[in-house]
Amino acid sequence: MSTTQPDKPKIVRRPGDIIFSRLASTAGISILATLAAVAVFLFIQAIPALFGGDIEEDAPDGPFAYVAPYIFGTLYGSLLALLIATPLAVGIALYISHFANRRLAQGLGYLIDLLAAIPSVVYGLWGILVLAPFFTPTYIWLNENLSWLPLFQGQVSATGRTMATVAVVLAIMILPIMAAIIREVFLQTPRLHEEAALALGATRWEMIKMAVIPFGRPGIISAMMLGLGRALGETMAVAMVLSPSSNVTFEILTSQNPNTIAANIALNFPEAGGDYRSLLIGTGLALFLITMVINMIARYIISRRAAFSGAN
Amino acid sequence: MATTETKYSLEALPSLPKWFTTAVLLGSFASSFAIFIGARVVDESGIPNLIAVALLGWVLFMLVTFIASRSVEGPRKATDRMVTGLVSTAFTLAVIPLISLTYTVVTNGVARLDATFFTNSMRNVVGEGGGALHAIVGTLEITGIATLVSVPVGIMTAIYLVEYGRGRLKRAVTFFVDVMTGIPSIVAGLFAFTFFLILLGPQSAINGFSGAISLAVLMTPVVVRATEEMLKIVPNELREASYALGVPKWLTIVKVVLPTALAGIATGIIIAIARVIGETAPLLLAAGFTANMNYDPFNEKMMTLPVFVYTQFANQGIDSEAYTERSWSGALTLMLIVMVLNLVARIISRVFSPKG
Repeated sequence: MSTTQPDKPKIVRRPGDIIFSRLASTAGISILATLAAVAVFLFIQAIPALFGGDIEEDAPDGPFAYVAPYIFGTLYGSLLALLIATPLAVGIALYISHFANRRLAQGLGYLIDLLAAIPSVVYGLWGILVLAPFFTPTYIWLNENLSWLPLFQGQVSATGRTMATVAVVLAIMILPIMAAIIREVFLQTPRLHEEAALALGATRWEMIKMAVIPFGRPGIISAMMLGLGRALGETMAVAMVLSPSSNVTFEILTSQNPNTIAANIALNFPEAGGDYRSLLIGTGLALFLITMVINMIARYIISRRAAFSGAN
Repeated sequence: MATTETKYSLEALPSLPKWFTTAVLLGSFASSFAIFIGARVVDESGIPNLIAVALLGWVLFMLVTFIASRSVEGPRKATDRMVTGLVSTAFTLAVIPLISLTYTVVTNGVARLDATFFTNSMRNVVGEGGGALHAIVGTLEITGIATLVSVPVGIMTAIYLVEYGRGRLKRAVTFFVDVMTGIPSIVAGLFAFTFFLILLGPQSAINGFSGAISLAVLMTPVVVRATEEMLKIVPNELREASYALGVPKWLTIVKVVLPTALAGIATGIIIAIARVIGETAPLLLAAGFTANMNYDPFNEKMMTLPVFVYTQFANQGIDSEAYTERSWSGALTLMLIVMVLNLVARIISRVFSPKG
């Protein structure tokens, strides 16, 4: 019987193979374990503040009322930054992928990537010592002449340490990653679509409108989500630039700005102790959950996109 | 001259001359400046608000280009020129902060970039003098430990994903590695702090090693991504040739796959180091700050360069000028380190990339 049927190849499992593959999968599982540990450890340390700890002095209305303005500040600042950065990122991506001289394009892309290499603390230093004074006259002008817009109302700040400056700094910081992702997607536009549009007599903009933008739209959306995730977690630039407070306001030119969760932790954590520290860790847990959800949505969109373009 | 030639050409549509854009660009910004000076909309020193000048100049440029192009080349070409203008504006706007930032950091930073800065700590320094040696040592030790922790884990995870992984676990690891790249740096710092708080108690939770762990959390996903990309492009023929010679799978990976991808992996690791070496928030929480020299990463607080930049700026003494100057010099040193790391990464990837 064994002579008529070919032998099934016997899989040799050497000890070296077993050890090595176990090591590899342990490393993979450790990634999952680390993420779980982040949530678990933060939660354990936040328990005293969440459930009846001694936080009367710092959070008289309870932990959730304490974190609410900071969640607002985090989301508001990040959304403003996204509003500034998205059109710029799309413009930069288009410039590098379709407008710039082909020989220059790679160097220009590297130039934009350099913005990502600058440490956030340097952005903070530059933001408060250069950008804030530079923008202050403009803020005063906006406040005097356009105050019918709720955005520009209120007592204008004399130092420029406002939500508007923070939004600009955050926008500059998230610009490189957004531009890089959008550029990659634009470069993947099927060459034939582009050439077909041009052959029909379309101008460059008409070709982009018909072929590049529809193809790259999911890429733009996921770049926005990733940029948002970056902006939400950015700490030092906000901590150094913003003149912080804990009120909820949409005015962006005053010195009473809703602080962000991350900056609030950085400013108060080194001196905090006991249940107040536990409260700050709790706000960190809130930030972690918010960014996790946003990143997961972004990654989900990207992964769906990958499957879609593979079928094409 | 160019216009008269195109008029008689059969195939060419009427178009604006090549020098048109440059001329209108210079013309609009010059006239915008002149308008502000002429209308006396200036500050005390006689200089108009540069933002306003740039804005008016830009509007003039777009307007003139649009009208001229529309009347000569037609509406479709005019829209095309508008978009070209917008897109180039976006790029210019992004480059301006890069230039301004580099310029201010270099000009302000060189003032205190002297021998004292690299040989002294801040112990007992009030006002002028003092240096960042303790911060530089701390940065090197903490980043070094973070690299030692994250590189083996990162490379093994990448090997798992490319060579072994399948099914749901592989998909979960891939997905969460991506999610982990977006973890806020301050959360990584909080994690390391709480971890050592539970492990060692509140007295010794803040030390260099704790800071290194927080950086490792941020660094590992970057290493995994870079290594995974490199392992994927190792040709399958190499693996099959090795199997055909009877080499076990794990030896194939160690002796054939990894050496082939080594240059790319090294580049990825250096880029990852460059990314975390500038992290401030996690180190502020997990490694703390001090004015003293500390060579021991397992005991006591440890200063790092980014935290040095922050504390010199945020906790200024009486002679605030001296603190700000040290802060700028720290920022310049940090930027130089990051630039050198990026350069080294590029050189490695260029010199050692597989040829042919």
